[in-house]
Amino acid sequence: MAGIPHDHYEPKTGIEKWLHSRLNVVGLLYDTLMIPTPKNLNWMWIWGIVLVFCLVLQIATGVVLVMHYTPHVDLAFASIEHIMRDVNGGHMIRYMHMNGASLFFVAVYAHIFRGLYYGSYKAPREVTWIIGMLIYLLMMGTAFMGYVLPWGQMSFHGTAVITGLFGAIPGIGEAIQTWLLGATAVGQPALNRFFSLHYLLPFVIAGLVIVHVWAFHSTGNNNPTGVEVRRGSKAEAEKDTLPFWPYFVIKDIFALAVILVVFFAIVGFMPNYLGHPDNYIEANPLATPAHIVPEWYFLPFYAILRAFTADVWAVQFVSFITGGIIDAKFFGVLAMFGAIAVMALAPWLDTSSVRSGRYRPMFKWWFAVLCVDFMVLMWVGARPAEFPYDWISLIASAYWFAYFLVILPLLGVLEKPDTPPATIEDDFKAHYGKSSDATPAE
Amino acid sequence: MIKKFALTALAALALTSGGAYAAGGGEQHIEDFAFSFEGPFGTFDQNQLQRGLKVYTEVCSACHGLKYLTFRNLGDEGGPHYSDDEVRAYASGFEVFDPELDDTRPATPADHFPPSNLENAPDLTLMAKARAGFHGPYGLGINQIVKGMGGPEYIASILTGYTGKEKEQAGTTFYENTAFPGGWIAMAPPLDDGLVEFDDGHSNSLHHMAEDVSAFLMWTAEPKMMARKQAGFTGVLFLAIFACLMYLTNKRLWAPVKKKAKEA
Repeated sequence: MAGIPHDHYEPKTGIEKWLHSRLNVVGLLYDTLMIPTPKNLNWMWIWGIVLVFCLVLQIATGVVLVMHYTPHVDLAFASIEHIMRDVNGGHMIRYMHMNGASLFFVAVYAHIFRGLYYGSYKAPREVTWIIGMLIYLLMMGTAFMGYVLPWGQMSFHGTAVITGLFGAIPGIGEAIQTWLLGATAVGQPALNRFFSLHYLLPFVIAGLVIVHVWAFHSTGNNNPTGVEVRRGSKAEAEKDTLPFWPYFVIKDIFALAVILVVFFAIVGFMPNYLGHPDNYIEANPLATPAHIVPEWYFLPFYAILRAFTADVWAVQFVSFITGGIIDAKFFGVLAMFGAIAVMALAPWLDTSSVRSGRYRPMFKWWFAVLCVDFMVLMWVGARPAEFPYDWISLIASAYWFAYFLVILPLLGVLEKPDTPPATIEDDFKAHYGKSSDATPAE
Repeated sequence: MIKKFALTALAALALTSGGAYAAGGGEQHIEDFAFSFEGPFGTFDQNQLQRGLKVYTEVCSACHGLKYLTFRNLGDEGGPHYSDDEVRAYASGFEVFDPELDDTRPATPADHFPPSNLENAPDLTLMAKARAGFHGPYGLGINQIVKGMGGPEYIASILTGYTGKEKEQAGTTFYENTAFPGGWIAMAPPLDDGLVEFDDGHSNSLHHMAEDVSAFLMWTAEPKMMARKQAGFTGVLFLAIFACLMYLTNKRLWAPVKKKAKEA
């Protein structure tokens, strides 16, 4: 499959040969599981398995929850309480599903930022990156629609706010909003279709995950050095790589177990910590909560949405040259989607000849600031829109865009990168061999 | 860019020193009660839940409801744990509407508690979870983790937070309350020292009654809390052992590869 030479499946017994000549399923599994993987992968390469686990967990718990849930505005909230009280183990299943969404996003953010640091998005892995971004967008849509289903106060008023974003599109916005909600306001039609899509989208995600895995199996994995595996011969490739099974599967399962210890501690001891208490009040269209706050994983982009108010000069300037078509609200919407779009465009915005951030002395610092920036946006997104939070969110949003649109393109020109090791084997030896000060893992 | 970063840092600094005004809205004072169910191993106190049920029955239920709770839950182990006969006797004290009879009848253990009698009195079943939001300071949620502050603290603080001051506004009387957001609440002080007599002779001071009924409402909101903590503990223990085994497996698996790298 991959351009890296390696052993392929050879059917030996009669039954194997029989099946192999009719359906090459064992060969496909063999090639997928035995893919040569760079042996120097560090602990940031475990998030892929965690994400697969999350998807399976969410689908498994979700299918059970659907058996007991009622998508009706008068019954949805009570049916959740029915799950929490009367269904055997229902409280654990629901809490796992609720907090499973959080684990999913923790893992996806770690996965994305790993890609940003080690240049995993750069050629030839752009397609993997773009598909990953599509999965991330679908995850956000799925999580948002799932949050609507309990029909609590935050579900209801959050839906009104988020679908209202589409209403900000000039001219056709209101028509789009009505089309999305199936009515002019949030109600039964919206609840029904969000339920339908919340069930559908995870399977679309599962399909895209297969394509995502296929894509990086075509190019081979990136690794912390960003240096490609040598592909001259099988013997050469074997110096740089180890088969995915068992070396990386066992490593990843160990990491997953450690992460699940934390996950179960949260599910068991503080399952509502990451949620919003207002969602334990049944939806009431007549009473708006004091602060409408999205779930934590949306906060960075929610902060960007709110950062561009009418008194920001850039907003006034754009509003002026477009003759008022792009007002502050629409500008905010564009900024929010733009923040994800610039991330998706990273393969073409990054001009550096060196792939891994490990060998980019200036890049390292800008990247560190980006990580801090992301945390600041997450925090400020939950604060009220008043001084000084408005200023903090504006500055932090500006940095987000500056990183992708200015810093990444310029660094490729201005920065003098260090020399990466010639091969992955050299890197591995430098880490574990005699020549290094690094203590071998024993 | 560096300038912007410096500005952010400066603003963040201004914020931390800014202190109290960042809280937003009225000054809320939530007292930290030491409930038996706090922490990873905390459990409900059966006697306290029974006392809390009595406060609810004699005082709160005049206006408020518990519509998500069934009477049979009162017999749950880990809850008030009344006997079947006691539950049946207690339920029969409530009238519920039966759509099949098209009339009211005495409640059975299979029925839910009645909903609120007053439109403005919220249902109390989930109140202890709906008011859990003391994500302070600065929205970081430290109070919740370190002190175990949450909904029961809020309810108990409301019940003990009346200052005695009243005001009339648009025909409604409001009562000053140090725990309520905004400081003025429409609910008249419901509890007073000695209002409810407890069967077990426990102190019936305002403070203790407030504590007991808040604990009871935490149970109505999360009746499966003890089962959940048990499952969490089992899960953490099992996974921790599993993680150790996987660590050793992984180490053993990679040892020859790392040894080879060392020798080469």
